[in-house]
Amino acid sequence: MKAVYLDNNATTRVDPAAVAAMLPFFTEQFGNASSMHAFGSEVGGAVLKGRRQLQALLGAQFDHEIVFTGGGTESDNTAILSALETQGARNEIVTSAVEHPAVLALCAWLEKSRGIKVHYIGVDARGRLDVEAYRKALSPRTAIASIMWANNETGTIFPVEMLAELAHEAGALFHTDAVQAVGKIPMNLKETAIDMLSLSGHKLHAPKGIGALYVRRGVRLRPLIRGGHQERGRRAGTENAPGIVALGVAAELAQQHIEDENTRVRAMRDRLEQGLLQRIGNSFVAGDVDNRLPNTANVAFEYIEGEAILLLMNKAGIAASSGSACTSGSLEPSHVLRAMKVPYTAAHGAIRFSFSRENTDEDVDHVLEVMPSIIAKLREMSPFWDGKNAGQSGFAPTYA
Amino acid sequence: MWEYSDKVQEYFFNPKNAGTLDDASGVGEVGAIACGDALKLMIKVDPESERITDARFQTFGCGSAIASSSALTEIIIGKTLDEALKITNQDIADFLGGLPPEKMHCSVMGYEALRAAVANYRGEVWEDDHEEGALLCKCFGIDEGMIERAVRNNGLTSMEQVAHFTKATGSCGTCVEGVEAVLEKTNAEMVAEGLLDPAQAFVMGAVPVVPGRQQRKSPVAPPAPASSKMTTVQKIRVIEEVLEELRPALRNDGGDCELVDVEDNRVMVRMTGACVNCQLAAVTVQGIQARLAERLGMPVRVIPVPAGK
Ligand code: FES
Repeated sequence: MKAVYLDNNATTRVDPAAVAAMLPFFTEQFGNASSMHAFGSEVGGAVLKGRRQLQALLGAQFDHEIVFTGGGTESDNTAILSALETQGARNEIVTSAVEHPAVLALCAWLEKSRGIKVHYIGVDARGRLDVEAYRKALSPRTAIASIMWANNETGTIFPVEMLAELAHEAGALFHTDAVQAVGKIPMNLKETAIDMLSLSGHKLHAPKGIGALYVRRGVRLRPLIRGGHQERGRRAGTENAPGIVALGVAAELAQQHIEDENTRVRAMRDRLEQGLLQRIGNSFVAGDVDNRLPNTANVAFEYIEGEAILLLMNKAGIAASSGSACTSGSLEPSHVLRAMKVPYTAAHGAIRFSFSRENTDEDVDHVLEVMPSIIAKLREMSPFWDGKNAGQSGFAPTYA
Repeated sequence: MWEYSDKVQEYFFNPKNAGTLDDASGVGEVGAIACGDALKLMIKVDPESERITDARFQTFGCGSAIASSSALTEIIIGKTLDEALKITNQDIADFLGGLPPEKMHCSVMGYEALRAAVANYRGEVWEDDHEEGALLCKCFGIDEGMIERAVRNNGLTSMEQVAHFTKATGSCGTCVEGVEAVLEKTNAEMVAEGLLDPAQAFVMGAVPVVPGRQQRKSPVAPPAPASSKMTTVQKIRVIEEVLEELRPALRNDGGDCELVDVEDNRVMVRMTGACVNCQLAAVTVQGIQARLAERLGMPVRVIPVPAGK
């Protein structure tokens, strides 16, 4: 059976070139990058190379602005907690209602355990940030504004360069969780006011367990993990040399493919989306169709539930994600779609298709072939579907 | 994705009795789209024998909701109404070879839909338990209204009782705080209405009664002055000691519990092994909590955190 993987926003396959590059660091080149002897210094050199490759992808001015971490969540936690410590009396956070749990759960904990005030900025029906509300929430009390570069569920891109300027006007630091954006859209951090940026290796064809936090030169950082002097004292713990080497290679590959991502991958995504909407009534695209990641399509199918759709898709060899969190143990539909006020009838049936450069046109053909019958089968069983509501989605117009 | 038994998969991929029953004699509709689960059960009843001769379902929900609905129709066809009403949600889950704990509410929905359909056939009024306030316990699909009603109707005053009557808090335990709040609020209302002795009302943060021990009549006083001055290190030491003492009992049941963190009066623990998905985990946690409170001389909250956090 044909296997189609369209869940690249969850994780990507490690690029074979990245795997090949990292393997020697488990065997011959096993030294500790921080050691003085030859075993270590060779590895140290490889770590520096990885740092520079990542620096190039991000357009950072200095290689030491890259701090390697265990992943996106650690980077997010480090950035926000550090800001609360370094920003003097400032003790408020401005973030968005649609952030990843790596930010939202931390903020919720800070509110509860430390009494930190958090402003959650809402989004409109297309998932676009309410910039006016953001501007108003910033104040001399704001320690940090943390807004994602692109949303993981809908792909909607936020104007982080501008949001960073606004944060600076209020004297606050600006952090962005760019886990989904890095490698998919061009970046040139040295030209922006962004102070900190989080990224994760496994979202761009590097392994799981390696990530980085970009910290602009001059921004004070209080480490989350203390111990040795690795990463200039900003992240203790022996460097994950194999992971760093692989991330470096992955960064270089991402840079080479960024045009492909924005042309061929985008075209595949668009063909899938248009094909689904044409073949399946009562469906619509959630998110900002004009300004989103080239690889992400979030399609809501009304009157049915996501997990059931995924199970049938899985049987047909297709892997994707559901916007309803049912698959993760919660019955609530995704907080992102709820923040966009997508009605329950559709939010539960939202499916996220996320591409990578490894997908092909045949993948799209296969999905287009099997989806209509999957949706039809479940709708036949749904108490909310009576055939009379077949056709255009009732609320699609409000989305235009 | 969930680990579904072969039978659940079979009933999901090839559901039996899906669709509408045009000449249904009873229809039960439960659930709400907001909860992500809704079930419409249609039954045909032979008026002479009161036997269910046919049943169909329509379900909006996940794989196990569809499988549970289909299983329910299979189970009830051929039974008399009285026989059918004896079926519990556990029977539905058993029929399917079990459901993941977080999906048990799917079987509860089937159980409710059956009652609703029978009530409809008999011309009785069926009260839908859903759509009343926020969904509190996601594992079992229990909302505020259901807890309030269980507390009022049965005069419940402890979390343990609430767990037994509604199942809320019985699986992952993340709903404990929300359920506690409803219990406290409802008890307070009952006291105000003269339905409950104030000494018995549930008060959040009070030391819970140790299961199996003599019930105390009044809520325990707030922190004992001496012990509240304990440093965190001292507290951790005492907590580790207590856990060490309890460990043999937990290990006997194939589980374990380790200390993760202590913050003021909140003790974070990780339940492992058989304790993770045990329906009695909430009871175990309460037991640990009671023992800790006793030894520390202050009210504590034991909060199980998921593995890997
Ligand atoms: S949400 Fe109530 S036990 Fe899991």
